[in-house]
Amino acid sequence: MPITDHQEQKPVKLRARNLDFSYGDKKVLDGISMDIFAEQATAIIGPSGCGKSTFLKCFNRIHEVSSEVRVAGDLEIDGVDIFRGGIHEVELRRRVGMVFQKPNPFPKSIYENVVFGPKLFGVRDRDILDGIAEESLRKAALWDEVKDRLKESAMSMSGGQQQRLCIARALAVNPEVLLMDEPCSALDPIATAKIEELIFELKKEFTVLMVTHNMQQAARVSDYTAFFWLGRLIEMGPTERIFTNPRDRMTEDYISGRFG
Amino acid sequence: MVRHFDSELQDLRDGLMAMAGQVEEMIDLSQAAVSEGSSGKAEEVKAMDRLVDEQELKLDQACIDLLALRSPIATDLRLIASSLKIIPEIERIGDHCCNIARRVPYIHPPILAGDALERLAGETRGMVRQAVDAFVNGNAELAREVIAADDKVDVLYVQIYKDLLRIMLADPLCIERASNLIIVIKNWERIADQATNIAEEVLFILEGVNVKHPYLHQPEG
Repeated sequence: MPITDHQEQKPVKLRARNLDFSYGDKKVLDGISMDIFAEQATAIIGPSGCGKSTFLKCFNRIHEVSSEVRVAGDLEIDGVDIFRGGIHEVELRRRVGMVFQKPNPFPKSIYENVVFGPKLFGVRDRDILDGIAEESLRKAALWDEVKDRLKESAMSMSGGQQQRLCIARALAVNPEVLLMDEPCSALDPIATAKIEELIFELKKEFTVLMVTHNMQQAARVSDYTAFFWLGRLIEMGPTERIFTNPRDRMTEDYISGRFG
Repeated sequence: MVRHFDSELQDLRDGLMAMAGQVEEMIDLSQAAVSEGSSGKAEEVKAMDRLVDEQELKLDQACIDLLALRSPIATDLRLIASSLKIIPEIERIGDHCCNIARRVPYIHPPILAGDALERLAGETRGMVRQAVDAFVNGNAELAREVIAADDKVDVLYVQIYKDLLRIMLADPLCIERASNLIIVIKNWERIADQATNIAEEVLFILEGVNVKHPYLHQPEG
């Protein structure tokens, strides 16, 4: 059974059961069972190398690009098995978008970055693409800053703007889940605050699963927090409980900086 | 940095212990001043209150600094948040001691037979000592004993209060001393309440559970 306690009844969007993950001989995840609730932000915290980013990537099967990988156990989205349930990986990656640590816009215009996904999925109508671009940029809280320079290169934007552009790009294909792997680690405090505010808004509509090394960020942004250590889920619970009264001594030591 | 933070937390604990030690001394002196009718001891109590007030300001600031600069979480957060509530409780105990000390000139010669007044002061003093010990030693069991002991103090208070009413009805010459003694016992009873509040905060620090107002945790009906 997953180690968690619910604060409200939201449906389970993503589910892991006894998930094992190995790169060659190295076991990275060890029997993870965890529920991720819909329209909530869940933060995964833990020391470097504890498997949190690997866990995140499993949900859109990015790990499959490596042949060294072995995965056992179950992962589900809306109750359908991600590996064996017949969901095509391209469709899965549309439903489960990902934002990485460093902003990685394509060397194209701002507009082309946002409509890249929809075009890939066959949308050709210019009006529809324009509508998607505006809606996605608005949802990523970037529209007002870039509406007059959509044709400019994305590379001319600031780091924080580039990261919000990457979020807009992920939103453009109408995903259900956003995976965020340390989305603010390369950003200054102002850009970080904007992304955090954005996550707060996005979780009303999307399921957000994020990895962060910033305890205060996890506390500010997430509804649930999960603590990973050496590939195992040590504790998961409502964020306010984890940060005021964690049940496990290891969680307490980690979040209060006394680990190790 | 963590080691530095730990030493700051220890400074906070030490400061609270010192402040509590000061009011425990004030309690002893107040009790002695009442039973001996000693105006000298009563004056000492009042003089000590300034030190307690100074400690309150210092510790309040230490808590605010720790919150602002260290972003405490989990047990650290509970310790600091509860310290911010324990500090004024200790300070109020000091004020109650002063209130008791101010009544000393008006309560002699004694009008109460028996040792009920001493028992009330003794029980209250014991609760404060235990609450402080529970904080210092992280002893949840002791904190629970303090909370349970408050009922005993309340019963003693009511008993003495009724005795004093009877004395006033029987002899109007005793009214001034009796009414001053009512103020004294009310202050002892309030000190016991303060000890209970401290014990509740100790349980919050140790277990992360708010045990205040237990009736709110029970199902209605």
